[in-house]
Amino acid sequence: MLRKMRKVGVVGIVLLLALSSFAFAQADPTGAVTLRANPQAPVDYVWILMAAFLVFFMQAGFAMLEAGFCRAKNAVNLMMKNIMDFSMGSLAFMAVGFALMFGADKCGLLGTTGWFLHGADYDVGKYLLYMFEVVFAATAATIVSGAVAERLKFKGYLIYSLFVSSLIYPIYGHWVWGGGWLSKLPFGLGHLDFAGSGVVHIIGGMVGLAGAVVLGPRFGKYSKDGTPRAIPGHSLTLAALGLFILWFGWFGFNSGSTLSAHELRISVVAVNTNLAAAAGALFALMAIYIKTKKYDIGMTINGGIAGLVAITAPCAWVEAWAAVVIGAVAGILVVTSCLFLEKKGIDDPVGAVSVHGINGIWGLLSLGLFADGTYGNYTTDAPFVTGLFYGGGFGQLVSQAIGVLVAVGWAFGLGFVLFKTMDLVFGIRVSPEEELQGLDVPEHGAVAYSNFPYIKE
Amino acid sequence: MKKIEAIIRVEKLEVVKGALEKSGYPGMTIVTVEGHGRQKGLVQQFRGREYRVDLLPKRKIEIVAKDESVERILTTIIEVAGTGEIGDGKIFVSSVDEAMRIRTGERGESAL
Repeated sequence: MLRKMRKVGVVGIVLLLALSSFAFAQADPTGAVTLRANPQAPVDYVWILMAAFLVFFMQAGFAMLEAGFCRAKNAVNLMMKNIMDFSMGSLAFMAVGFALMFGADKCGLLGTTGWFLHGADYDVGKYLLYMFEVVFAATAATIVSGAVAERLKFKGYLIYSLFVSSLIYPIYGHWVWGGGWLSKLPFGLGHLDFAGSGVVHIIGGMVGLAGAVVLGPRFGKYSKDGTPRAIPGHSLTLAALGLFILWFGWFGFNSGSTLSAHELRISVVAVNTNLAAAAGALFALMAIYIKTKKYDIGMTINGGIAGLVAITAPCAWVEAWAAVVIGAVAGILVVTSCLFLEKKGIDDPVGAVSVHGINGIWGLLSLGLFADGTYGNYTTDAPFVTGLFYGGGFGQLVSQAIGVLVAVGWAFGLGFVLFKTMDLVFGIRVSPEEELQGLDVPEHGAVAYSNFPYIKE
Repeated sequence: MKKIEAIIRVEKLEVVKGALEKSGYPGMTIVTVEGHGRQKGLVQQFRGREYRVDLLPKRKIEIVAKDESVERILTTIIEVAGTGEIGDGKIFVSSVDEAMRIRTGERGESAL
């Protein structure tokens, strides 16, 4: 029922019994009953909430990254998108998303209880889970803003945010984390995704791809003969700050996903997270250096995030060297994927599809390869997960691959339908004049840097 | 009277200004400009893809001086503003018909 329930240590079992006995009888809005039943609960609550607050701060990271990679004339628009997708997402996830994702399971497809965090869900344990999960939902939503940057109407973005946080994200999330059918696949231990390479990043990345495809490239992205051109962002300083904030927030994203401070595996998770990011940045730098003979900062930033995205699924199941390999592959993948998509006519201003979509896929698959048999089904107890390289055979890898296909199909499919429908109804792209002028003034009546001169195009 | 317009590297402004002041030509106007010469700017890259920056930031120093001072000013600027690399800039000299000091109404060379 809760993701937590599949992640129980010895102490966790006590908490579980306490929660389940009261959750059905009556909710515990004060927390007094929960505390009496489990005097060790505060350390878990503090850990999970602190991790949630770290993940929340990733919104700032995405905002800085996207603004820095795009032009100054769209900076207000990007800030507004990042503010509003979190706001819309928080409300939508409270109203329906949380219930669809973590409510009582129906046929492995949907959660059906807990609407509006009301009634039996007015409970400290449920609220704790909501707080941790809503920041993940909003992360998935905010990934898309980079891929559709500099040309999507703001109205379209608001509607998109509502749908992704209330339907696209939580339903897929239920299949993996809410006790749905993907988690019960008969191969390996079922589809596993520790902190959301698939649930968060493939979903965000593939909806972003759908948006970029429906929108088409920005003006000036391709020359007349179709060769891609660089559209330099206005602040690589902000973009680098974005990477640091994301890296920092990711320690909460991954380590917090134990949903328990009593699982000391959190230190392994934190180390793996850090190593993959480091290897991702280094290998992306090497890959682009071989091609251009320059120490390219943009690709290095993308490489760091790519490493983080890739390690998100396997971080609890692998050891340090494997995290380095996973991050290194992610770094190389993100560079090749960015250049490849660009050649194929897909204009993704910040590389969100390559960073989140492609490396989300790699992250899920890498779990099936590198899991070393030291961590179980979201718990420190047996049965343990063993991947192909550790003699576990293809079982887990098959489950991971099925999850990949489902996530990609679901997110790209629904994302495409969503953007295409909006496009047919009101047209999702701003007018050519507005695009050239930048979205800040026509859409928001404001400029980001009113007292600073910046280079006009 | 001649007008000397020297387009120089941004980072050379302070030394050029200092050298001119030292050799006794304190009057000047500094303009922030952008442009390119024969090389047509330079190539940068963003996320792995190259692009041309065709307008580079430069500083323009404008000095109006007596005819006999021109040579000295030119050598002073050339001495300190050059690096030997592409992008050092250019100097143009042209004739000035008239000058006037607004405060006193003086005209010609005495207005300089």
